[in-house]
Amino acid sequence: MELLIDIAKVIIIAVAVLNLIPVLIWMERKGSAYIQDRRGPNRASILGIKLGGFIHNIADVFKLLFKEDIIPNKAHKIIYILAPMIVLGVAISIIAVIPFAAPVKIGEYVLKFQIADLNVGILYILAISSLSVYGILLAGWSSNNTYSLYGGVRASAQMISYEVAMGLALISVIIYMGSVRLDEMVTMQGANFWDWNFFRQPLACIIFLICLFAETNRNPFDIPEGESEIVAGYHLEYSSMKFAMFFMAEYAHIVAGSMIFVSLFLGGWQVPFLPASVLQGHLPLLLAVLMQATIFLVKVIFCCWLFIWVRWTLPRFRYDQLMYLGWAVMVPLALINIVITSILVSR
Amino acid sequence: MNYLILAIVIFCIGVLGLLVRRNLIVMLMSVELMLSATNITFVYFSKVWGVLDGQVAVLLNFVMAACEAAVGLAIIVQLFKLKGTVDIGNWRELKK
Amino acid sequence: MAFYIIAFFIVVPAILVIVSRNPVISAIWLVVTLFAQAALFVLLNAELVAVLQVLLYAGAIMVLILFVIMMLNLNKTSLKWRAVTGERLILGLGAFYLLAVLSFVLWMISTGPAANAPAKEIAGTIEATGKLLLTKYVVPFELLSVLLLAAIVGSVVLSKKQKVKET
Repeated sequence: MELLIDIAKVIIIAVAVLNLIPVLIWMERKGSAYIQDRRGPNRASILGIKLGGFIHNIADVFKLLFKEDIIPNKAHKIIYILAPMIVLGVAISIIAVIPFAAPVKIGEYVLKFQIADLNVGILYILAISSLSVYGILLAGWSSNNTYSLYGGVRASAQMISYEVAMGLALISVIIYMGSVRLDEMVTMQGANFWDWNFFRQPLACIIFLICLFAETNRNPFDIPEGESEIVAGYHLEYSSMKFAMFFMAEYAHIVAGSMIFVSLFLGGWQVPFLPASVLQGHLPLLLAVLMQATIFLVKVIFCCWLFIWVRWTLPRFRYDQLMYLGWAVMVPLALINIVITSILVSR
Repeated sequence: MNYLILAIVIFCIGVLGLLVRRNLIVMLMSVELMLSATNITFVYFSKVWGVLDGQVAVLLNFVMAACEAAVGLAIIVQLFKLKGTVDIGNWRELKK
Repeated sequence: MAFYIIAFFIVVPAILVIVSRNPVISAIWLVVTLFAQAALFVLLNAELVAVLQVLLYAGAIMVLILFVIMMLNLNKTSLKWRAVTGERLILGLGAFYLLAVLSFVLWMISTGPAANAPAKEIAGTIEATGKLLLTKYVVPFELLSVLLLAAIVGSVVLSKKQKVKET
């Protein structure tokens, strides 16, 4: 029974996240068109139905499926094939510790809407996301292409640097909350939005968000890809479905990052002004759970929109500016934040 | 018991790698292997005696491994800049 | 059973680390064996250590090593084994002798009374480990921070030196 519930959770959540990816791609295309005042996808149609450009995704899938899959002659074949799998697998496995709704009591059994409730909670996220650099690094190396190698090396330097600031920003949140379990952290944030960590830990919130941009290799931190400098960086040699896996991994990373951000700083599944006890007391259980999950999804999509918004608004950093921002601005700020938080907490 | 044999095997592999390989970076990795073998024994004894001291020792060990890797790699990069190779055979004299 | 599966994934990649021709492949196998060791730590109720193993070893140290390998662009090296003769033979034999003594001592300890006592339930949670680290082991902890500082300064000095000479 336990096992069945766990398998059901894994399947439902994985399918939900994978289905968010086309929605995000559509949002990205439409959003970029609106932001930069140009035409978005408006040609692909089935029997004249365009769904506002959404059909374009289906056309894309067919294009990527039927394209020739090229493996360069001098590439290291096994690693070349393995790299996109690592990237996508890591991006999706981050989601395992995210709580989607308040735990529900059915008789004796407490049903948690979270795949794995680990007692190391947030460290799991840091550990897994630190592995995502391998996929990029190995993709860059195994392609046997100078531009790809540059992309991989840039990615590794960038991700190591920003992980430091990310970890430090998280430490102040952990000190403030006194817990590392994500479900406890969400519960403790309460239903009033001024109690959410977004207002209680504003500096940590901003630092974490910037690091999240850097970790997902999105503009303004997309120097590992840098189309105008190193062509496409680490995935330059990839084609067909292998390229599609990188493409999906980028969006899966955005979804996972938004979920972490929402759980940590925007109150997770907390419906504003309606605590879980009130919801579960006055509504049927299923409805309460659905309401919390919907609110969570709305917040996540808002965060994803933030990613897209920033990407099409800001230009790319130069490499030295990126390192300066990481080491000389964010790390000291995060350290100051830790000191201030510990003083306030111990008072 | 099995855990100790496993740790000893890993340690032996590390020592062998250190003795036999010529590539400086692979030698550094062999040292990391040896360090990780000690971690296994620490955690195992922490379990056997029911105290957490062994696990704390592992945490301290991690920091040491990080220091060793950082300094070791810095030295290797400098050696590489000097001679353009990381083969240990080229480093017979200490003074240039 | 779980132990033997994990042990397989520790030992075989560990051997591949030292026999691989290409340092990048060596590094990848080292990541695999370190990852399997993290699984072993979970088996031994040391969750915190397991996660930190992935975070620090796999996530930071090995990325650094891979970064250096790729920066120096060290592709295939010849797999000419170093002949273990002379001084190195003596040193190696010494190491293995020391190892034999150590393993004998470990054997004695682990078959002694302490090992036969029923294993107590421990949980390597963050609270418990952290408390021990910041009370009983606070001096080594602080000393390690000094070591870290020394390592940072050392590596910065090492990497800067060459530039000064050139200019």
